[in-house]
Amino acid sequence: MDSKGALAGAFDVAHLEFEPRQVTPNLWAMEMNTEDSLREYLRLFVRIPLVARLGPLARTFDFVADAAPGVKEILAVGKLCYEVRERNYDIVIVDAEASGHIVAQIGAPRAIQQLVQVGLVRDQTNWMIDILDDPVRTGLVMVTTPEEMPVTETLELVDRVRNETGVDIAGVVANRVLPALFSERQLDVFERIDAPGPRQLLVDRAGSSVATVIEAARMTEARRRVGAGHLDRLRTALGPAVPVLIVPELFTRATGRRVVSLMAQSIQDEIV
Amino acid sequence: MVAVKRATPASSRSRAGLDALLASKEMVVVCGSGGTGKTTISASLGAIAATQLGARVLVLTVDPARRLATALGLGPLGSHEVRVAPEVLRAASPNLSRAAAERGQLWVGMLDTKQGWDDLIRRHAPDAALRDQVLANPLYQNITRRFINSHDYIAMERLHELHASGDYDLVIIDTPPSRNALDLLDAPGRMKEFFGSRLLRWLTVPYRSRLFAVASKPFYQVADRVLGSRFLQDIAEFFVLFQTMEKGFVRRADEVEKLLVDPRTTFIVVSTLEAAPAYEAGYLARELQRRGMSLGAIVLNRTLSPSLRQPAAAKSARTLSAATDDPAFVASIADATGASANDTRAVLSEIGERFHDIAIVASREAERRSELESLGALTVTAPALDHDVTDLTSLLELGGHLTERR
Repeated sequence: MDSKGALAGAFDVAHLEFEPRQVTPNLWAMEMNTEDSLREYLRLFVRIPLVARLGPLARTFDFVADAAPGVKEILAVGKLCYEVRERNYDIVIVDAEASGHIVAQIGAPRAIQQLVQVGLVRDQTNWMIDILDDPVRTGLVMVTTPEEMPVTETLELVDRVRNETGVDIAGVVANRVLPALFSERQLDVFERIDAPGPRQLLVDRAGSSVATVIEAARMTEARRRVGAGHLDRLRTALGPAVPVLIVPELFTRATGRRVVSLMAQSIQDEIV
Repeated sequence: MVAVKRATPASSRSRAGLDALLASKEMVVVCGSGGTGKTTISASLGAIAATQLGARVLVLTVDPARRLATALGLGPLGSHEVRVAPEVLRAASPNLSRAAAERGQLWVGMLDTKQGWDDLIRRHAPDAALRDQVLANPLYQNITRRFINSHDYIAMERLHELHASGDYDLVIIDTPPSRNALDLLDAPGRMKEFFGSRLLRWLTVPYRSRLFAVASKPFYQVADRVLGSRFLQDIAEFFVLFQTMEKGFVRRADEVEKLLVDPRTTFIVVSTLEAAPAYEAGYLARELQRRGMSLGAIVLNRTLSPSLRQPAAAKSARTLSAATDDPAFVASIADATGASANDTRAVLSEIGERFHDIAIVASREAERRSELESLGALTVTAPALDHDVTDLTSLLELGGHLTERR
């Protein structure tokens, strides 16, 4: 929806447009923008052909669409629902804007009905609501990290989605989760190793900088523990009905397709 | 905390630290991407200024973490500023004398965009009737929330208002995370631009002419079909009302713009050393410099220790990993700890292997850090902590890292 080029980067392509572009076999990618989605909307539903570039008209509409509740959202959500309805694809995955805005977007069809009394936009909304509210066809996946604010915001978003929309929450993905270095028993051994006697043996063997190495492990384990606490809070608040998938911190130099590929493998391992 | 005079090396004497910055400025705008710990850093700076500098400080935050808010005595709604109780301040900084604890005051408040707009309308509406019409307009809420970078404009507005009140020695404002780092700086300018714009004229035509249905402009045809004429009239009516407040808004926007370049104002850019935030921070910092605004400091939060990049440490890790294949060595450690040989080997192996992961992250961070340092502003770091910052004590600890000389 608003990737600022990040989605293009993830697939190692120069840029993405409104027109879907094939990035791998069976996978197409696109980026939303108001002018193009408006043009398509007008062509399909309003039957006003606009062959020329909209120019100033688009900017004006952009502004009004911003001000008018639900209009911009309708264009975005409408586009998605349209793709689903036309079955151009087996599955449509939406990288939504960060945090709360998604509620406005998936709530847009209903909001429009309350506010805009007449006009085509209102008529367009029922079929969208049918698609969005059907848990077989539409699900929301929240992405978070094992940190305080992201988990808090995720839980707040879950509440808002449940209270203000009819969309099913399919699951939560916890990203960048630090690996557990040690089991409980091994943790105890670690503490014993990090005592004056054994430590001296390590220094004798591996040099004085081994202290840095040990400290790094200690720090990682401590941060992991803090993160695990937040994940517990997340799981408890969500309850057993909402699955939480774990994607580990990848510690990789890579960017672009390599990272996407690693993450995909990781998620696949969780799901299967 | 008692200030300790130490002999400082020439290099750090020549560069004033963050505490000197806080002592010399009246307004500090803390900006940067979301998720970088801006709010915590803002609160930390406020705590330092109140305790070490004995200043009357207000920290205006956007959305403080719940636990932090509770620990500081901020209620959930807080549209008014709340003072952190002197006892709490004193308990968190035990070396502070009673006198110093009384002199320094830490006040905390939350930015409320809706309240901010209501206040603006009340201030600028030419009369009570118009004011009430605006506030009652069904689109008012949505429009003000959504247009002209609303959060950012209100943040700047509030800064102006607080400074003009003269109530505080120092106001630290934690800005809303914007999609675009520059929205904050551009907010007053855009407000002014809007009033003179064709856009505003277009929006109000339906109200003024009443013949808009006949208007030949394609915009109205489209909008009428898509949105409905009633809706367009509502929008038009709102903006006609809004236009009556032009003078007040424009004058105010001018004042806010002047405040941003005032020598008493400074900007602090907060970032982590991950790719996206660091990029945004660099962009924001260069833009501040380009506009002649004061870039007081770049704060790099959650940084890893530079010691992780030392070649000697990597070598130690490799040696340690290799040593786990030496049964005699493993046995010697097992004996010294009373653990089993298997457990000992597993733990030593894990320690050695994991270091490699962290070292990669540390070296990436170092690259980004030197890029940001090359901008020439004061750059300070706060280390990645092994605990969350949830109370005043940990805020002051964090502040200690930020203000220590290196």
